Amino acid sequence: MTKKFDLNDDSVVVVIGSGAGGGTLGNELSQKGINVVCLEAGKKLSLDDIENDWGAMFGKLSWVDKRQGTGDLLAGLPLWVCKTVGGTTVHWAGASLRFKDHEFRARSKYGEIEGANLLDWPIDPNEMERFYSMAEDKMGTTGTHGIPRLPGNNNFQVMEYGAKAIGYNDVHTGNMSINSQPRDGRPGCHQIGFCMAGCAIGAKWSTLYTEIPKAEATGRFELRSESMVLKINHNKEGKATGVVYVDADGNTHEQKARVVAIAGNSVETPRILLNSESNMFSDGMANSSGQVGKNFMRHMTGTVYGTMPGAVHFDRGTQMAGIVMDESGHDDSRGFAGGYYMQTLPGFGLSAIAGNIGNMSVDSPGKWGRNYTREVVENYKNMAGMWLVGEDMPQEKNGVTLHSSEKDQYGLPIPVVHFEDHPNDVVMRNHAFKAGSAVYQAGGSKKQYQLPPFPSTHNLGTCRMSADARDGVCSSTGATHDISNLFISDGSSFTTGAAANPTLTIVALAIRQAENMSKLLSQNSI
Amino acid sequence: MSNNVSRRTFIQGSATAGVVVSGAGAILANTEEAWALSTEVLSGDTALSILIMARTLYPHDFLGDQYYAEVVANLDEQAKTDSSLVDKLDNGVKELSKVIESDRTYNVPFKDQSSGLQLQNLKRIDGSDFFETVRGATLAGLYGNPRVAALFGWEGSSVEHGGYINRGFNDIGWLPKS
Ligand SMILES: Cc1cc2nc3c(=O)[nH]c(=O)nc-3n(C[C@H](O)[C@H](O)[C@H](O)COP(=O)(O)OP(=O)(O)OC[C@H]3O[C@@H](n4cnc5c(N)ncnc54)[C@H](O)[C@@H]3O)c2cc1C
Ligand code: SF4
Repeated sequence: MTKKFDLNDDSVVVVIGSGAGGGTLGNELSQKGINVVCLEAGKKLSLDDIENDWGAMFGKLSWVDKRQGTGDLLAGLPLWVCKTVGGTTVHWAGASLRFKDHEFRARSKYGEIEGANLLDWPIDPNEMERFYSMAEDKMGTTGTHGIPRLPGNNNFQVMEYGAKAIGYNDVHTGNMSINSQPRDGRPGCHQIGFCMAGCAIGAKWSTLYTEIPKAEATGRFELRSESMVLKINHNKEGKATGVVYVDADGNTHEQKARVVAIAGNSVETPRILLNSESNMFSDGMANSSGQVGKNFMRHMTGTVYGTMPGAVHFDRGTQMAGIVMDESGHDDSRGFAGGYYMQTLPGFGLSAIAGNIGNMSVDSPGKWGRNYTREVVENYKNMAGMWLVGEDMPQEKNGVTLHSSEKDQYGLPIPVVHFEDHPNDVVMRNHAFKAGSAVYQAGGSKKQYQLPPFPSTHNLGTCRMSADARDGVCSSTGATHDISNLFISDGSSFTTGAAANPTLTIVALAIRQAENMSKLLSQNSI
Repeated sequence: MSNNVSRRTFIQGSATAGVVVSGAGAILANTEEAWALSTEVLSGDTALSILIMARTLYPHDFLGDQYYAEVVANLDEQAKTDSSLVDKLDNGVKELSKVIESDRTYNVPFKDQSSGLQLQNLKRIDGSDFFETVRGATLAGLYGNPRVAALFGWEGSSVEHGGYINRGFNDIGWLPKS
């Protein structure tokens, strides 16, 4: 059934990346009768390859090609993302929240904030309603389309108790793209507890076993795994004409294309454009605004662990099925713009907790020694945990550039990723740390640990949408302002980050893009 | 290997972790707890010193030395293919064997120091490359050992048991009813 396209077939849409953006776009296009070649750098795994072992799965799934982090980022591993068929949707936790209307209008709503490169999205929030609904249906998001919410695990119950005790109301097990009952040929969740190592039974939505096989079944979609894209070629009219990639055997090919759509996650997407420089495009493709690689956002994040008076066993059950929504609105009186969520998050195993609390939290009694083992490690089973995730400010100085000398295994300059918190991010994080700790204190916790961000999982904004071509890289459909047949199809296109975890919006925008692209193709305008 | 077995017999009867040097490698054995560790690359002095260091970094009274010995075994395994690691560990132990007082510095092998002095010396080198290497190896080798982690409430792989859907994912009993 799976189709093979000729390298010289210039009628195909080439989609780069098979994660949330690329996998969805590829499937949507092929369902509409459009031929798609999907180039994916990673290997293809099956459910049998998924183990309940954090270390093993990190090794199998992660993008560990050399990158350099600067500013607040971890130098050796600035990002936590995947290089595998299905992209980071193999790792993701499944939290699927819509943006609030005002979050599409951040500049108008928050006003001018010094140092922040805020813009309004060029999209009408009302128009997104339909695409959000289609995305939720596709992903089987709980709490939508009559799909029941997941049951709450122990870690959720601790959070719920404390949150309600201090007056929060909007507390539940979230909108999760994890089956609470069998749906779409996939089983309901067994509360296995290793969602972020990959769901071994496929209850969690991932393009690996939803969008991609569905696309292949149309006979109009070819996935080429272990195919690393190096650059995009163009003709003298400045149109994209093909994509150069290296296959598993190290051979370089060019796949011709009618349209090219990039969904490599927010570091690789701008990196491909920057690497595609030519005489015509000396600063990289689609970069007349100079905004390619700029405005990198990763959400305001933080983690709170609380030692509770009894056993919690927070590793049991769906990891992120638990949310407090009360702080997610915009309320100037808190001293910062935008909002944040609290979501349940366990600790990725004993050795990770034993290392992370000591290494990352100022509340820890050092990193080692008798006090440390007694207070931290020996309380492992009594710990509850939550993640804080909120809107961060786009800043022009945060972004992706190419290293001047160091090359990766493909001979491409390694990406240098820079991120520094905006003062608004810091004020919000401190507010969220206090609120999260208060939740656990209300449940009887005497000790909490506040941890700064882990390597970035939500990577956004590096090829942002803008109404005016001078302010960003692409239009509201993801078409780049400069090159009509070159599209941005992942979170790089986000104008601002909102508080919500990004994937539902990435998927909704990919569905919207597919509708639009198929119209343009049938009108022969691209 | 038969060599190792006979040497293990050789030190039977000694009550605490002892060390027998055998060429380049070493055997650490504790007959009370019935375990033995033989290293191929690390010297007996280095192996025993690192065992003590691992235990001092992350002490748990209910854990026997054999679990800390596994940290040493992992480092020995790594050292087989990484000779710089042997030097790093040997030099680190040498540094830990210094006793630095205000007016003089002299040497007492780390493994023979009082536990108070051992702790003081570890604090002195906290953060050094050697220290972080052994600390990282202890975090991974001790707490990453499923038999150890289970004692702390980490329950490991669950898919083969059908997840926690019927095994207590929501069994919390002590929370007051809200
Ligand atoms: C641990 C974890 C938990 C998360 N939990 C949530 C959550 O609960 N909710 C949520 O909304 N989001 C979550 N996320 C984020 C979510 O995974 C991402 O937002 C989403 O997957 C991004 O989609 P994408 O298409 O932009 O990129 P990805 O899904 O990362 O896909 C990009 C793909 O492109 C490929 N690629 C990159 N460069 C090239 C190239 N040059 N050539 C060929 N292929 C290339 C990569 O190998 C990869 O497969 C989580 C992420 C992590 C790491
Ligand atoms: S808890 Fe549910 S979603 Fe998470 S891994 Fe297990 S079955 Fe999959």
